[in-house]
Amino acid sequence: MMASSYSAKDEDGHITVTGPGGAALRSKKPENTAFKQQRLPAWQPILTAGTVLPAFFIIGLIFIPIGIGLFVTSNNIREFEIDYTGVDESSPCFNCSQNFSWNSTQPCTCSIPFSLEQSYENNVFMYYGLSNFYQNHRRYVKSRDDSQLNGHLGSLKQPSKECEPYAKHENKPIAPCGAIANSMFNDTLELFYNDPNGTKVLIPLRATGIAWWTDKHVKFGNPGDGLNLTAEFQGTTKPVNWRKPVYELDSDPLNNGFINEDFIVWMRTAALPTFRKLYRIISRKDNMVPTLLRGNYTLEVVYNYPVRSFEGRKRMILSTISWMGGKNPFLGIAYITVGSVCFFLGVVLLIIHHKYGNRNNSADISN
Amino acid sequence: MAFWRRNTLVERERHVKANARDYNDKFSYTDNHIKTSKYNILTFLPLNLFEQLQRVANAYFIVLLILQLIPAISSLSWFTTIVPLLLVLLITAVKDATDDYFRHKNDKQVNNRQSQVLIRGSLQNEKWMNVRVGDIIKLENNQFVAADILLLCSSEPNGLCYIETAELDGETNLKVRQALTVTSDLGDVSKLVDFDGEVVCEPPNNKLDKFIGTLCWRDSKYPLDNDRMLLRGCVLRNTECCFGMVIFAGLQTKLMQNCGITKFKRTSIDKLMNTLVLWIFAFLICMGVILAIGNTIWESRIGRRFQVFLPWTEFQSSAVFSGFLTFWSYIINLNTVVPISLYVSVEVLRLGHSYFINWDKRMYHGPTNTAAVARTTTLNEELGQVQFIFSDKTGTLTQNIMVFSKCSINGQTYGDIYDEFDQKMENTEGTACVDFSFNPLCDRRFKFYDSSLVDAVKLEDPAMQEFFRLLALCHTVMPEEKTEGHLVYQAQSPDEAALVTAARNFGFVFRARTPETITLCEMGQAVAYQLLAILDFNNVRKRMSVIVRNPQGQIKLYSKGADTVIFDRLDPSSEDLMYTTSEHLSEFGGEGLRTLALAYKDLDEKEFEVWMEKLQFAGTVIENREDRLAVLYEEIEQGLKGATAIEDKLQEGVPETITCLNLADIKIWVLTGDKLETAMNIGYSCNMLRDDMNEVFVMSGHTLLEVQQQLRSAKEHILGLSRVGSAGDVEKSDMFADSVFEETIIAEYALVINGHSLAHALEPQLEHVLLDLACLCKTVICCRVTPMQKAQVVELVKRHKRAVTLAIGDGANDVSMIKTAHIGVGISGQEGMQAALASDYSFAQFRYLRRLLLVHGRWSYFRMCHFLCYFFYKNFAFTLVHFWYGFFCGFSAQTVYDQWFITLFNIVYTSLPVLAMGLFDQDVNDHISLRHPSLYRPGQQNLLFNKRQFFLCTLQGVCTSFLLFFIPYGAFSVMVREDGSHFSDQQAFSVTIATSLVIVVSVQIGLDTHYWTAVNHFFIWGSLTLYFVILFALQSNGMFGIFPSHFPFVGTARNCLSEKSVWLVILLTTVVCVVPGLVVSFLRIDLFPTPTDKVRHQLQSRKRQRPQEQNLRQSRRTSSRRSAYAFSHQQGYGELITSGKNMRTSRVSTARSAQRTQHSSNWIENVLKRKNEVSCISDESTEAPEKSDRT
Repeated sequence: MMASSYSAKDEDGHITVTGPGGAALRSKKPENTAFKQQRLPAWQPILTAGTVLPAFFIIGLIFIPIGIGLFVTSNNIREFEIDYTGVDESSPCFNCSQNFSWNSTQPCTCSIPFSLEQSYENNVFMYYGLSNFYQNHRRYVKSRDDSQLNGHLGSLKQPSKECEPYAKHENKPIAPCGAIANSMFNDTLELFYNDPNGTKVLIPLRATGIAWWTDKHVKFGNPGDGLNLTAEFQGTTKPVNWRKPVYELDSDPLNNGFINEDFIVWMRTAALPTFRKLYRIISRKDNMVPTLLRGNYTLEVVYNYPVRSFEGRKRMILSTISWMGGKNPFLGIAYITVGSVCFFLGVVLLIIHHKYGNRNNSADISN
Repeated sequence: MAFWRRNTLVERERHVKANARDYNDKFSYTDNHIKTSKYNILTFLPLNLFEQLQRVANAYFIVLLILQLIPAISSLSWFTTIVPLLLVLLITAVKDATDDYFRHKNDKQVNNRQSQVLIRGSLQNEKWMNVRVGDIIKLENNQFVAADILLLCSSEPNGLCYIETAELDGETNLKVRQALTVTSDLGDVSKLVDFDGEVVCEPPNNKLDKFIGTLCWRDSKYPLDNDRMLLRGCVLRNTECCFGMVIFAGLQTKLMQNCGITKFKRTSIDKLMNTLVLWIFAFLICMGVILAIGNTIWESRIGRRFQVFLPWTEFQSSAVFSGFLTFWSYIINLNTVVPISLYVSVEVLRLGHSYFINWDKRMYHGPTNTAAVARTTTLNEELGQVQFIFSDKTGTLTQNIMVFSKCSINGQTYGDIYDEFDQKMENTEGTACVDFSFNPLCDRRFKFYDSSLVDAVKLEDPAMQEFFRLLALCHTVMPEEKTEGHLVYQAQSPDEAALVTAARNFGFVFRARTPETITLCEMGQAVAYQLLAILDFNNVRKRMSVIVRNPQGQIKLYSKGADTVIFDRLDPSSEDLMYTTSEHLSEFGGEGLRTLALAYKDLDEKEFEVWMEKLQFAGTVIENREDRLAVLYEEIEQGLKGATAIEDKLQEGVPETITCLNLADIKIWVLTGDKLETAMNIGYSCNMLRDDMNEVFVMSGHTLLEVQQQLRSAKEHILGLSRVGSAGDVEKSDMFADSVFEETIIAEYALVINGHSLAHALEPQLEHVLLDLACLCKTVICCRVTPMQKAQVVELVKRHKRAVTLAIGDGANDVSMIKTAHIGVGISGQEGMQAALASDYSFAQFRYLRRLLLVHGRWSYFRMCHFLCYFFYKNFAFTLVHFWYGFFCGFSAQTVYDQWFITLFNIVYTSLPVLAMGLFDQDVNDHISLRHPSLYRPGQQNLLFNKRQFFLCTLQGVCTSFLLFFIPYGAFSVMVREDGSHFSDQQAFSVTIATSLVIVVSVQIGLDTHYWTAVNHFFIWGSLTLYFVILFALQSNGMFGIFPSHFPFVGTARNCLSEKSVWLVILLTTVVCVVPGLVVSFLRIDLFPTPTDKVRHQLQSRKRQRPQEQNLRQSRRTSSRRSAYAFSHQQGYGELITSGKNMRTSRVSTARSAQRTQHSSNWIENVLKRKNEVSCISDESTEAPEKSDRT
């Protein structure tokens, strides 16, 4: 039957076959619903010049301003970075890096002078950066016991085997276990302002508020009530590389044990082999004076952390932030580029469409 | 199955002894039990699992699962694999179990049919499955024959019986079988008990028309041939009962041997998918190797020294070994490029498409209350790629119901319906039919819509009366009047029955016949005619006449036959009438009706007697008797006066459907068991053969050489002609008709080939010639083919053309063809259900094929292709991020995403939108698909999903994954949060990439969706929402509190997604990932639009305008007409009637002339001899046809 001959009668007529006994036999006629007959009402968009080209222009027009905004913001952020690995012989930390040994009791210190060309307003954030450090290696990433870190007593005494080979030491469970904890960054960085009059002023660094709230309050937790950590951690041993046990990381009980923020920050493993982690915050004291004045500074490093064996680098970064976070030129440039490309594509497609694209309208559809 | 196969290998000759089960048991022949099911309760689980695991994909996932259980390399939890895998196996198993259950049910029903078996001296009811070889069974009228049996005796005289072989070869006319003379008088049970004949015969085989054997009984041997056999699947007709001895039973019967083995059908996309899975697997291994080498290098250069913080374990003692382990870890990590959910989703899609077919009310046939049924759910998208259709004729193209629908009497046509304005009306269901209540003997099923004819008959117009009297007298129908007034006609061809029924309803009721009389009831009065002679039909004469003496004593000759033949013999006085009638005939013919001319003549007594004498003389001559008779028949039929009648009937909508499918570049071949003439006639009436075709080649050679000759010359003819046409490249186009060349043939040819020739043409050395020739022709018709030959033809095309084939048929004779073709379609409702049961799709009318292919098939293909493209894209984009990450994490197989995200991505976050697209998407709606058949072509050319498309979509996936990784990488390398805390941690990175990925693939599916229904909206928006809900739920404090080690991502989403810069990254990634694809598809549509794009564009541009229905109905052929009589009739019944052999009720009077008895005694031999005779085609009268519209 032809499409044309489907009459309204055909659509609606519902046939009921009546059996000899008068009982109506079930008609197998399919139901006439839009769903079953695949006639659901639908929006049928098609790609035409009228819809695609404006989209490109709009994307361009939106992206370019965003990009410029991001770029400017990013450029206004002050950032200072200093590498203190001590690879060069001239570097003040060269000696420390050469003579490193895990067992040395005498900490090696070195101080690196630097100067800031501009003053830093608002809060200044101090980061340490590591390069060529594979915190994202699979075996490294999984070498932790979240249950233990959350304060479960069972896991404290019986660390998960994921922590191997840092699960037990001399038959005592390690707390915190695993390679991540074991390799915790333990350099101490101190910042001094060299007053033009010759005195070195220690700049106060805030060690709290550097970890995510959720990490500190949900993910990490000390075993027991957390009041007497020494007792709680009884029967465990410190990680092999550590100098002091986990319950001696800080004197403040709210920043000690598993909820020590330096520890938490370290345990949040970086995505890429070059990364930076927040170390300290230099809070602004009052609105009149910049947080860090323009001038000379000294970075004093207690050099504990060995990276030269695997060609790693250590850095100290000082940075201010803006509404979009830290200095990040990538996003701004990317937005400007993508916006321009879209705009340009829009123009090119418009030209192509006008020159060649009229074949659509010819209704030469065969049969 | 295996059991009997082994048996047949050794069986050279079959020995069967009647009534001797002990003796026959020695040979362990199979019993009559048939089994088509695959499993039973015990074997289901192991067999089905085994079958499923043979699928490459399933096996692959099992291997993965095993890998994941090894801790050293397991980079993902085992649950990421096992949950989806179990789901797949379960769904498939349930489906297989249901299928098999129905097969069991069907087997059981057949096996439990009752039959009467002679056991220990008495007839007992036995189930079919308990019938054994050598048993003697009794068959009653209208019963199915239970096994292949040797006819021993019957209730009819001379051991005759009639059977209908529709289930075997599709012919519905009655066939005669006769028992051996020696056994034909074993008429009752007591004699049969003692029958101990032994049959020695050929082993089981599938040749339906051949049987060789001997019966040894009472120390003499009698040869047996096919005419003594009743085959399983036949129905006994017109015979009260008969007895036979079982020769072949169960699976060894010829019917079952003709049913090809059920093979699991796969679509070409399935096969392509399996190949692609293998490629992907190879690709996976390549990536694994690259990353493993990377790992080895990394470990030996950096990892070795990084041991301060990350020492090597005992498992990972060296860089090389570490690389080896990493290889496996990456195989696990990257396995999602071949997602298990692909297979689940494909199954779900196909199931959905099948339901849409079942639910389509436009494929529902009201009168028979049958809806279309998709019996297999695995083939839907292949319906969109069909290139060849093999169609049965009887019951498929034709209804096999003949209806008297129009006539022209004495220059006046009847049968058209006019409305009050004298406009011709279409015959619809509302039209009132003529009331025949004036006639108590009428057949109530007979319908006629033109009341003027009845009025004319009632006026007793002599021409009118003669017309119907002729129809009532001149035929070989046998009447059966069980109760008074309840007449049943047994005709050997349905059109004869139709004519006699018409006469009956118009008041000329044929009531009874004896060898010498015919009794009519003319307008209520009984009139007896003396039957003087029947001048029987044959293929050369193409007409039949009777000579009767009416009660008034006048001798009249009534004749009916092909119009050309009748017109040639008309008296010149009726020339005017002949012209008008001829015009009417053309008109009828143009409407696809079968036509027939009628004539009568008064004979005077003397003339007749002289002729009769000559006839009797000729009858005694043995040599050339037939020729002489023909001459004599010719002599008396000279000079007639005329009037004509016609009848019908094709299945509804067949010519339109065929035209439409032709426009979609689908080649339709008709394979029929019918005669050449019938087949050609139908070819004409359904527009496959047309008068404006350049040439119709008819192959009817009897030997290999002849056939070869004919094929070659036909091919040369075509190629030769077209060479002249394209004079330029004569050199190039030699005998190799490659596909390019095929396209260049503009002229239209048709090939008609009969069964004998086909058998030769299918020999290996000729099949190529046959195929080449057939593909050059627009139409191919094979007639007189056996079921196995049908399958062979299909197989031939399947093997050499790499095209998707579809077979459609309705009878058991089509089963093998249906099973062989890629797609089998059964017409349900008319004859048996065998074809429908063996088919993949079934519906009631041939015309639904158009909708099945052009709408459902096209949509399924379209949807499946888009679905697959998108799926591969999605999974490449999803998975390859791990690859890029490998370069930054020391090739350590660290995953980018949370493992929950990996588990849920394919089955929760992205499955529903793509399923919705796969189920509901339509580029154009059904009306448009039907109106533009050319939109079907991309499917045939495999354009929407092929290796190239696969490469393109995986390439898009790879690029997307690249961007998805490197844009966040660029941003994250120095990113800090707004509160200054560091942010470039792995979990934030993971959440950012995952979120970007989900958004990118959602936008992409939005762009790929052509048809946004509410469901699509719901699924796409719903999936996005669901992603965020699940993300926050899985990273919530609560989940972490319960399982701290399983949900380490606690709080990441909160911290991450509250950042403006993260959203800026996501926005940037989305735009960058989507824009290139958008540009490419815009340019493609703008510069190289496909027909579909054009149609869509056109629709869009005149959206407001409701598309006016375009009438596709092709103007019918207007000219040539065909005569029904020339083909629908079988020779030989005339003699049977006049001999009285088949008349039980009236014993032949002893007064019959000895000569006549002798004459008739060898009628059976004649019948049998002629039956195998190859008839030649009737040369159609094609009187300068007007050029009918070519499309």
